[in-house]
Amino acid sequence: MDVLEIARWQFGIITVYHFLFVPLTIGLTAVIAGLETAWVRTGKEDYLRLTKFFGKLFLINFAIGVVTGIVQEFQFGMNWSDYSRFVGDVFGAPLAVEGLLAFFLESTFLGLWIFGWDKLPRGLHAGCMWLVHLGTLASSWFILAANSWMQHPVGYRFNAEAGRAELIDFWAVMFNKVQVVTFPHVIFAAYMTAGTFLLGVSAYLYMKKKHEADRPMYHRAIRIGAVVTLLAGLGVAITGDLQGKVMTEVQPMKMAAAEGLYETSDRCAPFSVFTVGTPDGKEEKFAVTVPCLLSFLGTGSFDGTVEGINPLREEYAETYGSDPTSKAFTEGDYTPVIPVTYWSFRFMMGLGFFAAAGAALILWLTRKGRTPGVRWLGVLGLSLPIATTLASSWGWIFTEMGRQPWVVFGLMTTESGVSPGVSVFEAATSLIVLTALYAVLAVIEVKLLVTYIKKGADPYEEPPRVKVGGSDDEDAPLTFAY
Amino acid sequence: MELTTVWFALIAVLWVGYFCLEGFDFGVGMLLPVLARNETERRVMINTIGPVWDGNEVWVLVAGGATFAAFPEWYATLFSGFYLPLLLILVALIVRGLAFEYRHKRGHDTWKGRWDLAIIWGSFVPALLWGVAFANIVAGVPIDANKEFTGTLFTLLNPYGLLGGLVTLTLFATHGAMFVALKTDGDIRHRARDLAVRIGAVAALLAVVFLVWTQLKTGSAVSAVVFVVAALALVGGLLAAMGGREGWAFVGTFVTIALAVIGLFVALFPDVMPSSTDPAYSLTTTNAAATAYTLKVMTWVAVVFTPIVLGYQAWTYWVFRRRIAVHHIPTAELAETPAS
Repeated sequence: MDVLEIARWQFGIITVYHFLFVPLTIGLTAVIAGLETAWVRTGKEDYLRLTKFFGKLFLINFAIGVVTGIVQEFQFGMNWSDYSRFVGDVFGAPLAVEGLLAFFLESTFLGLWIFGWDKLPRGLHAGCMWLVHLGTLASSWFILAANSWMQHPVGYRFNAEAGRAELIDFWAVMFNKVQVVTFPHVIFAAYMTAGTFLLGVSAYLYMKKKHEADRPMYHRAIRIGAVVTLLAGLGVAITGDLQGKVMTEVQPMKMAAAEGLYETSDRCAPFSVFTVGTPDGKEEKFAVTVPCLLSFLGTGSFDGTVEGINPLREEYAETYGSDPTSKAFTEGDYTPVIPVTYWSFRFMMGLGFFAAAGAALILWLTRKGRTPGVRWLGVLGLSLPIATTLASSWGWIFTEMGRQPWVVFGLMTTESGVSPGVSVFEAATSLIVLTALYAVLAVIEVKLLVTYIKKGADPYEEPPRVKVGGSDDEDAPLTFAY
Repeated sequence: MELTTVWFALIAVLWVGYFCLEGFDFGVGMLLPVLARNETERRVMINTIGPVWDGNEVWVLVAGGATFAAFPEWYATLFSGFYLPLLLILVALIVRGLAFEYRHKRGHDTWKGRWDLAIIWGSFVPALLWGVAFANIVAGVPIDANKEFTGTLFTLLNPYGLLGGLVTLTLFATHGAMFVALKTDGDIRHRARDLAVRIGAVAALLAVVFLVWTQLKTGSAVSAVVFVVAALALVGGLLAAMGGREGWAFVGTFVTIALAVIGLFVALFPDVMPSSTDPAYSLTTTNAAATAYTLKVMTWVAVVFTPIVLGYQAWTYWVFRRRIAVHHIPTAELAETPAS
């Protein structure tokens, strides 16, 4: 393997891994802040117990998300130095702003939330978690703006002399048309993940004899989780549909690759449910399709034209064939790996629909305070957060692989972005060390989560009523300590 | 002043923030096996930084992001060049951060012992390597006409670089001990103060040698003044510690670290990464910089939001201002922690 291949594998592994924790983090901060606010307002003990229980699970998850996030920022410079030189003027700004606006907010107020039960008044304590949530939203906004620019570069000009892209309109980058549909899609997906997590964990505990006394509490949590999942799921579907239309416009190749649509369909393009193509990805052998649906998804009309892979390939070769920045570029290579884009797109949608259907079923089974008499409720419940999390993974694999061979669409190819000065030894060391470390951490994380989920919510314990800075009893033990 | 100079200064400020704040986190982590005599004391130490370590660590992320945005060439050359040391730092920061969060999740001694090792080594490695990295940046490293680092890991492990590493290591250990003395009560407070003075004396010696060496290498009159004041601040801090004035002692090491970093950046200016191959290949605040427009946008963001961030970070320290002693550590939680 050369440095390019190693760097690509590392980016894929490290980023997909990081993003296993991100949607749950974003969504759970809102769920926990909501539960705590419900407790502050109603004083119902169950809300506090759920806040603390899901807070604990959240922290186990959040910790890995944070530490693996550091690698994200460093690896652009480490493995992709030519990319960094080329895009830094545009791409660096959102990253820096993300740190200043979002990371400080998240980390500082999370520290206050974790350790502040005996230091802050109740409303302010709940407010800290809302601020953490605001931080996660801000973080998503800026990093997605950076990513959207890679999908659809705007607000820049190419400076041939300096050999780089230069920012000319920051607001254009912030409100890129890809960004304004991607951000809500990702955030709704995060809420959906958190909804299924709340639902799944509660359904699991609901079915355990050991926690029988807490059934009303978990019943309520199941209902809240299911409603959050379904509302967020609706948001995911609507924004996903909007994304499809923007994608058809700005990255038609990605849309064609998502569909395995080889030839342009003038009107009434079919949506493929299942396609087998030739190994070189140039022709389709067998397909199961829904007539006209792709035209509708891509253009909003059953009669819309959707371009196919083969004509697009020729078009791209003509447009970008002589691009000065695409060094070492083989002509005719403007197609992403079709099986990957095709299947990742379907896995994303399939898992998402499965989660929504599961949530709807459980919502129906638990209607009007009913006790579902099905034994598989816990298993089904727990499978839902796994489904939503993997749906996000597949979504990212789709959107990043679908952009290939570009790292910045139309501007820079992935192969020309890799660090020229990094040796195979260095890159391989990094890949092996980080992958091995991440594998160990995954085992530890899952074991901890399982242990703490099985334990269930702690009994109710009234937190002290305090003013800012804590109680007057200087010798009282801390309510929370590492 | 040129915007590029402003951003050079702002990046210096970010590193000052990082080293002054996470410096004591590293110190606390490294001294865990030295200062704490039992599990409760270890928890006292960890809880002094518990609510704030994560916020302190963000300074390095913002420093990295700001370098990427304001000096893309610097970011690219530095991060791809100092590859293996940065990888080690990353691994250290990963295991250390998780250790704080996971250590108390189980009651086993083996479990806690392993996470303690993660905290100790995860603090030791970056405390050493950041010094090695910065010394090498200031001294200059082989960089070719394409702005690529052409050395290896061993290029960085030169006497000056290693001395720089020992300086940050001992300074952060001193700073951490001062912080423990300031934030705890009881027996450990006194031990921390005594230890701070002893490590501080070693740090002072190493720092003076390093700063004089730096001054001879690349220093200017300004950096000389800054270095002298830094040394005086350290001596003042140690004297304050001996006199039992923990607040002033901590201010002393804080100011020392801040001024040492500022001095290094002054010595570096106007280069950001001098080339030892040929001065013509050096990265400077101008040839490594982003466009004026990007710098202007970032300046606005920094001007508006930095005071807000400083405000709420300071507020956190105020909320958690109370000293922690062994009797503050709750015992109930341990008992109910699942056994397996």
